[in-house]
Amino acid sequence: MFPSAENVYSGPDAAGFFGAYGGRFVPETVIPALEELTEAFEAALEDSEFTGELEDLRHDYIGRHTPMYRAKRLAEAVGLGAVYLKREDLCHTGAHKINNTIGQCLLAKRMGKKRVIAETGAGQHGVATATAATLMGLECAVFMGVEDIRRQSLNVYKMKLLGAEVIPVAEGTGTLADAVTAALRHWVERVDDTFYVLGSAVGPHPYPLMVREFQSVIGLEIIDQCGARGVDRLDAVVACVGGGSNAIGTFYPFVLGASVNGSGVLGRPLLVGAEAAGLGVDTDKTGASMTKGSPGVMHGFYSYLLQDDAGNPLEAYSISAGLDYPGVGPEHAHFKDEGLVRYEPVTDAEALAAFEQLTRTEGIIPAIESSHALALLPRLAAELGPDAVVVVTLSGRGDKDIDIVREAGLGVD
Amino acid sequence: MTSRLQAAFSAERASLVAYVMGGYPTREGSLAALHALADAGADVIELGIPYSDPLADGPVIREAADEARAAAGEAGFGLAETIDLAREFAEQRAAMPTGSPTPPFVLMGYLNPLMRMGLPKAAAAMREADVAGVIVPDLPPDMAGPWLAASAGIDTVFLAAPTSTPERLAKVGTMSGGFVYCVSSLGVTGERAELPPELADLVARVKASTELPVAVGFGVSTAAQAAAVAAVADGVVVGSAIVRRQRDADELRAFVAELAESVRSAR
Repeated sequence: MFPSAENVYSGPDAAGFFGAYGGRFVPETVIPALEELTEAFEAALEDSEFTGELEDLRHDYIGRHTPMYRAKRLAEAVGLGAVYLKREDLCHTGAHKINNTIGQCLLAKRMGKKRVIAETGAGQHGVATATAATLMGLECAVFMGVEDIRRQSLNVYKMKLLGAEVIPVAEGTGTLADAVTAALRHWVERVDDTFYVLGSAVGPHPYPLMVREFQSVIGLEIIDQCGARGVDRLDAVVACVGGGSNAIGTFYPFVLGASVNGSGVLGRPLLVGAEAAGLGVDTDKTGASMTKGSPGVMHGFYSYLLQDDAGNPLEAYSISAGLDYPGVGPEHAHFKDEGLVRYEPVTDAEALAAFEQLTRTEGIIPAIESSHALALLPRLAAELGPDAVVVVTLSGRGDKDIDIVREAGLGVD
Repeated sequence: MTSRLQAAFSAERASLVAYVMGGYPTREGSLAALHALADAGADVIELGIPYSDPLADGPVIREAADEARAAAGEAGFGLAETIDLAREFAEQRAAMPTGSPTPPFVLMGYLNPLMRMGLPKAAAAMREADVAGVIVPDLPPDMAGPWLAASAGIDTVFLAAPTSTPERLAKVGTMSGGFVYCVSSLGVTGERAELPPELADLVARVKASTELPVAVGFGVSTAAQAAAVAAVADGVVVGSAIVRRQRDADELRAFVAELAESVRSAR
């Protein structure tokens, strides 16, 4: 069921390309900063003081290892043998985003930076950046589209409580893609004193690599936890993909050929990414860049992109503010082309149904982003059979989305 | 070998590189603006390609691009339309009486439209339209291999920045064609009240890294600023301040003539 990939995968190359995708397509002004960042990141990973501090913060501050919970009632409801939820929703600040921001802010501090900026869609990355910046005594500004500020007012308030400046972005649709553009534009102006904490596995090299390294803790823990509890068979691993940070962290160790205790008993599970179809891939209200997009350059990297005939990036749409981004991380594009990971679109309606199902079977309220991944479970049950064992990365919790699901009419009789 | 673009610069005086947005406020309006630039004494014309996500541009140019795209209706105004505009302009100038100045053209736009059209096809269309060069701000020299392989006969002007290291200035200086575009200060395009005091040092560093002319842009918006830049650089690029006057051909012509005069008499 999984294509044979005996060669150990490694990427990116020195220029930041994963196969054809990635690179560094940005104004010259920030190229030296990206070169400096690449060197600093590589040196930090070699430095036991840095990795030790990161490990301590992961354990004592983020709350890792996050549990891997066996959701029996959900498994029964979707018709699978076993469903395990990798509980990134139990991380401090409520999502996997903190894994990355703690890493990048620690790096910013190490590089002597006093100020960080970030962009945010749903607000989780903004809250996580504001949190990490506060912890490390860094000044913080977060760019956020005006539409997302409206949709995610609770997270906006949290960022302000944490002492961050929230900068509204009114250009375009006032959503995540516009916030990324505004943050990159600002970075070009303040590159001499500002560290850009990028929130997903996108952007110019070394960001996709760096985000993958900080998020791979998710997949590595899944493998350890399968070993520790005697899970000797894993048929599929599922995660949602917007930019793709929780998914790259989940998938990467498996793509590398990971196995439990080196025995290989887990084999290579099917890896499936759920991307946001919005109202459907046959409509123009979609965020499914891999299903409906084509290769192009945006925000400094080359990857699958929703674009018009003239090469202008299109507006993405999803009910989830974290997934309505017209591009996807370059390593995912490479995985798709190589057949290493399968990507499937999930509509708003399917995600809402999965949201409701997890809430009602397990008493866990998931983020709408994560609900896209949960929506693939019935499809996998039909494909893999009733005995199949599946792990889903529950990337975040749903508190931030309560107003959206309320507007959608869930839980209201 | 001296390219057509490089030949638009002289050792004796600085040159004016004048930017207008293609298709803004309408296709006809931008064609008229191009003639105004040529008649008013621009030495090089930089023609902007409307794009929805212009990472290196400030509000004036962004809004002009949005308006150009919207004015063209459903089909939009993009790379193909901008090249066609350049072609028509070149044809009209060629049909004019001998002695009408026709400055060489540089297209300024972002990488994705070039990729979408296909790099060889885009380059062929530009050659056919008599385009002398391109400026692609999100294409640094390190990433430019495929484009350079496809674009023989067209100069690719790379950007040098205040943050560029000596190694990067050397790369920009040797890989550029036509001229080197020196970014005056950090940030995006747009008018600034003051130019940075260290500009002369920056220009000297860039000049030391290349045999090509060095033109300075980003933030130059008045005749006095243009004269100050012309005193230290081979060329002065003015964008936003011109685009802001692009709706009115007479105002545009008068402003560009004033810029050209001050650039020429600066040294």
